[in-house]
Parts: sequence; C-alpha cells; structure tokens
Amino acid sequence: MSDALLRIIALTRKELLAVLKDPRTRLSIILPPILQCLIYGYVATYDLNDVAYAVLDKDRSAVSRELLAGLDGSGVFRRVAELNRPSDIHRMIDEQRALLVIQIEQDFARRLISGAPADIQIIADGRNSNTAGIAIGYVNTIVESFNARWRADHQQGDPPIRLTTRAWYNPNLETRWHMIPALIGMLTLLETILLTGLSVARELEQGTFDQLLVTPFRPAEIMVGKAVPPILVGVLQATLVVLVAQLWFQIPFAGSFVTLYVALTVFLLAASGIGLLLSSVAATMQQAMLYSFLLIMPFALLSGFTTPISSMPELLQYFTLINPLRYAIEMAHRVYLEGAGLHLLWPQLWPLTIIAAVTLSGASWMFRHRLV
Amino acid sequence: MSVAMRPERNLAATGRRRRVWSLVKKEVRQVIRDPSSIAIGIVLPVVLILLFGYGMSLDVTNVPVAVVLEDPSPASTELAASFQLSRYFDARTTTSIRHAEELMLARKVDGIIRIRPDFSRRLSRGDAEVQVLVHGIDANRARIIEGYVQGAVGVWAMRLSAQGEQVLTGPVRVQNRMWFNEANESRYFLVPGLIVLVMTLIGALLTSLVVAREWERGTIEALFVTPIRPGEILLGKTIPYFALGMIGFVLCVLSAKFLFHVPLRGSLLVLTGVSMLYLLVALALGLLISSALKSQFVASQITLLVTFLPAVMLSGFLFDLRSLPAAVQLVTFLLPARYYVTLLQTIFLVGDVWAVIVPNAAVLAAMMTVLLWLARRATRKQLA
Repeated sequence: MSDALLRIIALTRKELLAVLKDPRTRLSIILPPILQCLIYGYVATYDLNDVAYAVLDKDRSAVSRELLAGLDGSGVFRRVAELNRPSDIHRMIDEQRALLVIQIEQDFARRLISGAPADIQIIADGRNSNTAGIAIGYVNTIVESFNARWRADHQQGDPPIRLTTRAWYNPNLETRWHMIPALIGMLTLLETILLTGLSVARELEQGTFDQLLVTPFRPAEIMVGKAVPPILVGVLQATLVVLVAQLWFQIPFAGSFVTLYVALTVFLLAASGIGLLLSSVAATMQQAMLYSFLLIMPFALLSGFTTPISSMPELLQYFTLINPLRYAIEMAHRVYLEGAGLHLLWPQLWPLTIIAAVTLSGASWMFRHRLV
Repeated sequence: MSVAMRPERNLAATGRRRRVWSLVKKEVRQVIRDPSSIAIGIVLPVVLILLFGYGMSLDVTNVPVAVVLEDPSPASTELAASFQLSRYFDARTTTSIRHAEELMLARKVDGIIRIRPDFSRRLSRGDAEVQVLVHGIDANRARIIEGYVQGAVGVWAMRLSAQGEQVLTGPVRVQNRMWFNEANESRYFLVPGLIVLVMTLIGALLTSLVVAREWERGTIEALFVTPIRPGEILLGKTIPYFALGMIGFVLCVLSAKFLFHVPLRGSLLVLTGVSMLYLLVALALGLLISSALKSQFVASQITLLVTFLPAVMLSGFLFDLRSLPAAVQLVTFLLPARYYVTLLQTIFLVGDVWAVIVPNAAVLAAMMTVLLWLARRATRKQLA
C-alpha cells in the first residue's frame, strides 16, 4: 500500500515537473485565468453606458425639448444628430451611426397640454436585438420619470398601482456577479480536461508510455498519477479566479471557502475522468487537444453560462443533466453568492459524483484493455 | 535573351506548382486521415450550428414564478390570473410567502410576485403596491423578468381603466419598432455570430497546430532539406485549411438560410468575399503563432486567447462594444473579429450597405496583408 503511494507520488511529481518546467507552459497556466477574469469582468455585461441616438423632433416645443433633455442628462444617451426628414432615419440606422432614432410628432405638446396621451416613436437598430431591446427599456424608464413629473405638475395624481422590486443575492443586478464565479468552473474544466488528455497523449506520441508500462506501476496507479496534477493545477486556477474576484472586483463572498474547495474537488475529479477517457481514444497531442475542444464547446454553451438553461429546448435541457459544468456553475453561484453550505449542495454533488465514478472507471477499463 | 529566359521561367513556375501541390496533397491526406481535424473542420461546425440555432436563446418565455395571493379580493384574484394567462410566465399561485420563498431557494421559481393583504383596500385609495422579488444571480434574466412583470401589471391596469377607472399609463407613451428584426428573435444575431466562431476555430486553431507539430516531431528538418521554399511552405499549409474553412462557411450559410430562416438581405457574393478575407486573416494569424511558438500546447493556448475569446467577447457579437471601458474599446480595433461581426450582421440583416462594408472590408484586407507578410517572415528554413 505504502509502495503504491510512493509510486503515485513519484509519478505525480514527474507530471507536475513536465507541466511546470517549461516557463511558457507555466505562463499559459497562470496568465489566461487572470486575463479572462478581467475581460469577463469588464466586458461581459449587457448594461449599456453609451447609446448613440438621433432625434427627429417635428414638434420642436419646450415640452419635447424637456423630454429629450431627460435622455441627454441620463449619462447614457448621446445625441449624435438632429434629423429634419423621415427619410434621414434610414441612413442613420443602416450605417450604424445611431442605435436609436426617436421621432416626436408635430402635435406632441398640444396633445399633452390638452390632457390627451401623446406618443413618441423609437426606431431601433435590431442587428443585435438584445442590445436594442435594452436601450428601448432605458428610454421607457426615462419617459416614465418624465410622466411622473408631468402628472405631479398637472395634478393628474399618481397611478394607483406601483411595483417595488427587490433582487435576491445580487441587489444591483450586476452581470459581473454572475460571470466571475461561473469562471471558476469554466476555466478549470478547460484546463483539467486539456492537461489530463495531453499528459497521456504526450507519452504516447513520444513513445515513453511503453516505458511507463514496464515499470512496476499498476494501471490504476498510472491513472491516479495522471489525474492528480491537473486537479492541482485546476485548484490553483480556481484560487486565482477567487483572488481576482475578491481583491479586484470585490464581489462579496457569502459562503465558506471549505465548501467551495470541497465542491471544486468533486467537480475536478469528474473533469479529470473525462480528460482520461478522452486521452484513451486520442493517439496524438493534436487529437487530444482538438477532441477536448470539441467536447468543451457544448459543455460551455449548454451550462447556463451565456444563456439560461430554462430557455433551451427540452431535449437539450436533458443533456445539461450530464454536463458537469452546469453543476459546477450552479455550485459556484450558490456558495459564492447565496452562501449555501455543503448540505444544500447535495443536488449538484451527487450527479457530479456519478459522472466522476463513470468516467474514471470507464477510463481505467480503457487503459487495461487498450494498453496493457 | 528573352526568348532563352522564357522556358526557364516556365520551368521554375511548374517546379513551384509541383512543390506546393505535393505539400498540399500531404496536408490534405493528413487532415483526412486524422479524425480530429475532421472533427474540428466538419463536426464542430455542425454541432455549433445546432447548438446556436436550437440551444442558445436569449428569448425568455415561460418564466417560472410564484404568485403569492394574500388578498382574496376580486381585483387581486384577477391580477393573479393575468400572470397565469401570460405566455411569458409559468405561474403557480400560493397563499403563503414562506412557501414561495422555499420555492425560490430551491430555484423552482425565478421570481415571486406578492399581492399583500391590503392590496384592494389600498387600490381603492389609489396607492396599491405589488412586490416583486427576483432571483438576481443571472442579472440579465432578472431584469427581463422585471420588465415582464411590469408589462403584465400594466395590461391589467389598462383593463381596469377601460372599465372606468383612472388612466394609468402616460401621458407620454412609447411606441417602438425594431428594424431588421421585428419579431425580436435572438437567433437573428446568434446565427451570424456563429459563423465568426466557426471561421475562427477552423482558421486559427487548426493552423496554430500545423507548424508547431512539425517542430515538435522534428519533421520540419525533413521539410527543410527538400527544395521547397519558405513562401511555398506557407502556401501549401494555407490552401487545405482555407478549403476546410470554406466548407464550414458553406455549412453555416446553408443552415442559417434553410434551417433557421435567418434572412440574407445582402448579396451572397459580398458575404463570400468578406468571409474569404476573414478566413485568410485567421489562417495567417494561426500560422504566425504556430511558427513563432513551435509548441502545440502553448500555441493552442495563445490562439484561444487572442482569437477565439475575443471573437466571442470583444467582437460585438454578444456585448455592445460602445459600452466597454475606453481602454478595452481601443483593443477591439486591433481584433479582426470585430470587423467581421459588423460585416456579417449588416450583410445578413440589413443588406449591402456600402458605407459599412467598404471600410470594414478594407481593414480586414489590410490586416490580411500585414499578417501574411509577417507569417512569411516567420517561416524560415532555419533551425532555432
């Protein structure tokens, strides 16, 4: 038993050296997580802070100017042009000079003062319909506050019903709080699968795997020795992500680190199982790399990271049940933002345990039957 | 003199053609015989097409919510019913807020709409309140849900006012129209965006491994002792992957048109032209990285970092570029994907708007020239 442990430690050490001895590989383990954290933290948000708009104000009254002043004063909307003819609208939108064109009809002020409702028209560039929809939402909010002021000034009274909204776990609804904890799962999955896959493929390609087979190592020991170093690298990368989240973006950590790392270890076991299974079908490093990429794309796209799982068709929602990344991202959110303890993570932990058990035993079967 | 030169030049030309051709043949065989290249070149595009077309959607419907009805009056029952009838919600009604909170903790529902016991009494005084609690972790989704609730309450209030109650909306009302995508389907911008990903993956990721692999295996030395010239190596390595990329492109365009019914309002010719430009940019970038780094693992990591990640995050495919921090915005101008996304979105959804196409295509052409020149310089018949 202790012999086995010694052998595993020796192999683990050798594997770690193989990964860490090359300064460029070292850098490519440490730099991408930090860079990606920063990119996702700053870029991955659907909030807009600079919306170019043009206005076609046929009314040109004090009232319409007041409404538009609300847009200009918001700090988000930037007026790029004042149009004179409706035919100008096409050029503004088609050539992407403005995201929105706001059109105010001639009788706008007259209708308002007479107490009738008045319409304004927004024409949005729907090339990215998501962005356009958000910008329209912003205009709505500004118009709503104009309305409230108008009603107050003209004794029309408040609307009898109002909405008060509170968001759990993310009071200001910051996209960053969603993205960065999810990166813990995202980045470590990629690296763990890739490194596990490569470590076997490298030995196969360089012919050193045969040498490994004539040593006293048992197949299971080789597997453990190959799985542990990528898991350690994964833990290191997760720590980097947590550090950036804590120190740079200062996202409050609601849970306990022990819970996070226990959950992470279970997830990384599953990931390394997938990597080992993959390496048993790959003959070269290129194959290992490309296959792992082929696998990671669906995992990433169907994890709830970019688009919500509940918006997917039912068939694909079933697929997400075997997607380890789905559980990792759920756990990261639950521990990080909700402060869930280990006992609450059971719904995520048991599927991961099954995935780990199936892939690891599958890989060890493949190792015995293909290589020994 | 000139007569004597001609056959020689012809000889040189055929020699070059023969050398390039044999390298192309070798690369093509390598691609065809290696299942992993086929996997990235053909299988991955198909998988991505299906995932993007069917799987990914930012359209939110059937949001599971709990309506807590603490006030049994007709007005509040009617309000609760309007959530049940809305196609945006999958509402379940309960009378206890504790039960609703349990549902939200277990993520069985994404929002709680609470109608308090004094709702109808306060409504008659003109001061009613509907409380909305949303699960805020997915901030984007939370905001959409908030908007939907607002819409549903608005519709209900409008009906109420039609029955003789006070006017609730306005006085200024907003009408909006979304050009190019009237029905607001996220597929319309996700599917063109997908073409960028496919072209980037085939163009850059595959080629980033090609030269590095020859270095790692030592076969590059064997190549050096052949009469092939550096420029010809580059050409031989580019042609097969260019063909593979164009196959992926055709697959994407066909499925966009016939599977997902995304309109192609510009001309196919322009679309193909700019796509070839972008593919050449990606290929040159991949080859440059590969010959500079000479290690498959490092080259693939760097390629992902400088091509694939920006294609998703910094191209305007998902996130609006004008809202990025100024420093990041400057970086996006260096990224070819940015120009290609603009071109694709315009050609697919708007048409041949030359004021957009010409400048963006010109930048891509300039990038292609510079990168091919750099790749040509990096490919030298020289060890270490």
